[in-house]
Order: sequence, then structure tokens, then C-alpha cells
Amino acid sequence: MEQPIIEMRGISKMFGSVIALRNISISVSPGEVTCLLGDNGAGKSTLIKILSGFHRPTEGQYLFEGKPVAFSSPREALALGIATVYQDLALIPLMSIWRNFFLGSEPKKGRGPFTRYDIEFAKRTVRDEMGKMGIDIRDPEQPVGTLSGGERQSLAISRAIYFGAKVLILDEPTAALGVKQAGTVLKYVVQAKSRGLAVIFITHNPHHAFVVGDRYIILKRGRVYGEWHKDEVERDVLIRGMSGADELDVLKDELDRTLNQEMLAT
Amino acid sequence: MARRSLASPEIGAIVGATVIAVFFSFIDPDTYPTITGAARILDPASTLGIMAVAVGLLMIGGEFDLSAGVMTGSTGLVVGLLATEVGMNVWFAIALSFVFAMAIGFINGYMVLLTKLPSFIVTLATFFILRGINVGVTRHFTGQVRVSNIDGVAGFEASRDFFNTEFTFMDTTFRTAIIWWIIIAVVATWVLLRTHYGSWIFAVGGDVEAARGVGVPVNRVKIALFMTTAGAAWLVGVMTSLRLRSALSSQGIGQEFVYIIAAVIGGCRLTGGYGSVIGASIGALIFGMTRVGITFAGWDTDWFYTFLGIMLLVAVLLNNFTQKQASKVHAPLSRLDNEEDVGGE
Repeated sequence: MEQPIIEMRGISKMFGSVIALRNISISVSPGEVTCLLGDNGAGKSTLIKILSGFHRPTEGQYLFEGKPVAFSSPREALALGIATVYQDLALIPLMSIWRNFFLGSEPKKGRGPFTRYDIEFAKRTVRDEMGKMGIDIRDPEQPVGTLSGGERQSLAISRAIYFGAKVLILDEPTAALGVKQAGTVLKYVVQAKSRGLAVIFITHNPHHAFVVGDRYIILKRGRVYGEWHKDEVERDVLIRGMSGADELDVLKDELDRTLNQEMLAT
Repeated sequence: MARRSLASPEIGAIVGATVIAVFFSFIDPDTYPTITGAARILDPASTLGIMAVAVGLLMIGGEFDLSAGVMTGSTGLVVGLLATEVGMNVWFAIALSFVFAMAIGFINGYMVLLTKLPSFIVTLATFFILRGINVGVTRHFTGQVRVSNIDGVAGFEASRDFFNTEFTFMDTTFRTAIIWWIIIAVVATWVLLRTHYGSWIFAVGGDVEAARGVGVPVNRVKIALFMTTAGAAWLVGVMTSLRLRSALSSQGIGQEFVYIIAAVIGGCRLTGGYGSVIGASIGALIFGMTRVGITFAGWDTDWFYTFLGIMLLVAVLLNNFTQKQASKVHAPLSRLDNEEDVGGE
């Protein structure tokens, strides 16, 4: 196994008296997809926000490439190559694909007052980069709003990779997508991994996690509930682990009862 | 899978301009479609066009400036008062008027960013503040509502030759404001489509938080756009007062909506993020064509504004329709459709 690129040792995060994360220790390696699973409120978002430099941990150590780091803004994390693709993507729907891809970091040519946007380069690069992800962009002029959810997700991913991401944090990239679209995005997750990136894939869908993950970490109520390598886990374990076997049984009981009552009522 | 780019924003305006040209040429075939007719049409279209270009850029950047009209009066009055009351050379008066315009533009932008209020309200306040100052200051110094006799001051003829004079082309007299307009429209189009500033303008109008997130200096872009609009108002204000040899304290009032109408007819989206400077220029051309067409046809010019209102409505409906069509191709539930309802302000 390669040297981990990110290591967290005993991370805790408190908001006032509320404990969001308690004694989390995880490590993430390049060329691997680390799936972070958990129900709503398990602490996934807080953990992402610490990883991406939005929050600082209250306790514990955050190491990047073996060295301790303390980010004061997401920009600093990004500068080291920790890129986060959020659900709302930061893409502008009415703008073309190539303008979106390079927004804020435009390639330029010419000098002085004749400095201009290197549009040829931008269009060619977008086509190449998306091609590497297996998406054929015929018209880079197409507005991003006309792309499907999966395509927009992969545009955001390939933008992050192009601008030097070493760690790619994907926040529920498949949450709002249909089965087919989600499949497309999962393909890009694997692509990113095979290009040597460390991918942190946040989801609450154990099926999606199971097909792409190398390692699985389940969070529950701010703690690490379990951690598995892909060889040592069955899909069932993940599904049951996600909500907890006991809780699932309780839920099943409740549902049965509700159903019975309904039937009695009619 | 059928995919296509958004239709060019100015398509609607080009179609509209063609229809209006054909219509009035049919009504008045002897003068309207001639070189004389063209000179008449381009005269009002040129100064309006200069403003429509700047207001169009500002609208693409997601903001309005309701003080743009009255600013053409204020800047002209500053020139007039400095020249006649202070006795300053007209060139210096024009330069100081430019500094004044930049300051107002900066304040507009800064106040919008500081208060986070819609620019519609902030610049409406600027509009009324300036409107009062224009009359008050002018009456205080001249005892009238106009500043006259600017042509008696040194530097007048030279600055008039530079900013707003006449030239002859094919035995017909045209205003040089037309050349200013063309140059400004070309430069603005180049900036919008061929430089990274253009991308930033589209981005701050399209989704200001997304733009900020990827490192676009949102505040700088917005303030620059307000200052550009004020700069255009300065140019038009100087042109008008040099042409009339006097500055009127009511100059420009009500014109701010005409600029917005020209930009919207030209395909600029009311909520920002989409539009064209060429389109806004064609919007100004449509304004000139209609005004002159109604006069040539011998119709009652009182109906001009009714005509303009109807055109605005048609243009907005048409633009909405084409933008929806283009965005519906592939993603019926995309963010684009949601945004239409929320608006960009």
C-alpha cells in the first residue's frame, strides 16, 4: 500500500457544546477510492469541511503528505491540491462549457492592452480533458445548463483534476441523479482513481459505494462506526452498517405495525 | 442526441430591425430608405447606442443603473458651470467632469455592494439626488434652469471638433457621434467576447456566488461596470452640451429606461448573465429607426412611446422563449429553469 496522502489522527470537532465529530482517525491513499458513508447527521459534512479547509478541528492532527497542516481557508487547501466538488458545483448554467471550465483561471495570450483570452487553447483543452474522462464534447460553446446532471458533475471533476488536484473530495455526486446518470459519474470516479488521485467519495448510497470503493468508512453520530477494505466486506454489511442492523429491525417492526393498522382501518 | 448552443442573443433584435426597416421603407419609400434617411436615423441612435452598450454590459453583469440618464445631464452641467462660471478652459472642464463621473460610478457600485440592496433601488436614489442637485445648483449659479454660452469659453471649438461635430459622406451630413458609437461597440464586444474580463462579466451576472467561489474578483468587476456606465454618460453629456452650446438641468431624465429598453431589445437578460453589446446597439438603432420612421410617415409622434413599450414586451417574450428553448434541449430539470423564477438580483 502506498503512503497515505491524508491522515487524520484523533480529530474532534465541537460547535459550542455540540459534538459533531469525536476522535476520528482515517487515512486516504493515492490511487484509491475511500468511501465515506453515513446517514444524515452522521458527521459527513463536518468531516468534509475539515478536509477541505473550511473548518479547523477542535482536537487532533490533520496531516497532508506526512506533514501537519492547519488551513484557515478552502483556498489554502486547494493550493495544496485538495479539491472539493460540492453538490451545487459552482458552475454557471448560461455560460459555455469552456468559459466555465477556465473561469477564474483564464489562459491568456498577447501582451499589454492586447492581452486576450486564449480561446482556442481553452476549447481544445476542455475537449481533451473531457475526452480523458470518456466524454465527447462536440461543441464547447454549449451552455452548461444544457448538460445533464452527470455531465456537469464530470465537468466539475475534470476541472478539479486539470487544475492540479491530488485529492478529490466528492460530496454526494450521485445524490440527485437517476440510475443511468449515477453510473456515468461512478465511471469518472474510477477514471480519477486510475489517474492516481486519492478520491474521497461521500455518499449515503451503499450500492454506489460498493461498486467503486477500495475502502469504506461508516460514520455514525460523529464516530467511526466501522472501516473495511473492499476484500473483507459484503454489500449487505455496508447496507446494514449504514443504518445499523438493530435500527433496521426496529424500522421494519414499525412499518409492519403501520401497515397492519392501515389494513384494519379499511 | 440533439444539442445546440444558445441562439445568439442579438438574433431577435436583427429580425426586429429588419422588419421595422422594411415596414417604414414601404410606408415612405422616397426618403426613409435613402442616405438622408440613414443620417437622420443614426443621429439619435448614436448617443443612445453609446449608453446602451455600457448599460448592456452592466445588465449582463447583473445590475441596473437608473442614474445613467440624469448623469448625462449632470456631466454636461459640470462642464458648463466650470467653463462659464469658473471660466475654466473647456478641455479642463471636460476632464474634471470625467473625474466627477468616475466618482459617481464608483459610489453607485460601492453602495450596491455595501448595502447588498438591489442596484435598482440604490441607483434610483442616486437618480433623484442628482436630479435635485442638477436643478438646484444650476439655478443657484445662473438663476435659470440652463447653463448657456459655453461656446464663448476658450477650448470650445477644439473640444467640439473632437467630441461631436459633423462630417460629410456621400454628400450627406453625419454626426461624428456615430463613429464614437461604432468604436465603443467594437471595443466593448472585444472585451466581452475575447478577454477574460468578458467571462468575469458573464459570471458575476450569471451566478455571483459561483463566480466568487472560483476566484473571480466580483466586487472589482461590478464597480468597474458601474464606472463604465458613468463614463459613457460623461461622454454623451459632453457631446450633448457641446452640440447645444448649453447644458439643460433636465437633460437625460427619463432616458435611463430607454437605455434599458434598448439593451433588452438587444437580448440582454433582465436578471443578468446573458446578452450582447451588438444587440444593445441594434436596440438603439431600432429606437432611431422607429422615431424617424414615425416622423417621416407623418404620424402623430405622441404614439412613439406606446410603440416602444409594445416592442419591449415583444422583445422580452421573444428572448425568454429562445433562451428557454435552448436550455430545454437536454435538461428539463436543470438549475437554469429554477433560476428563471428566482431571478438574479
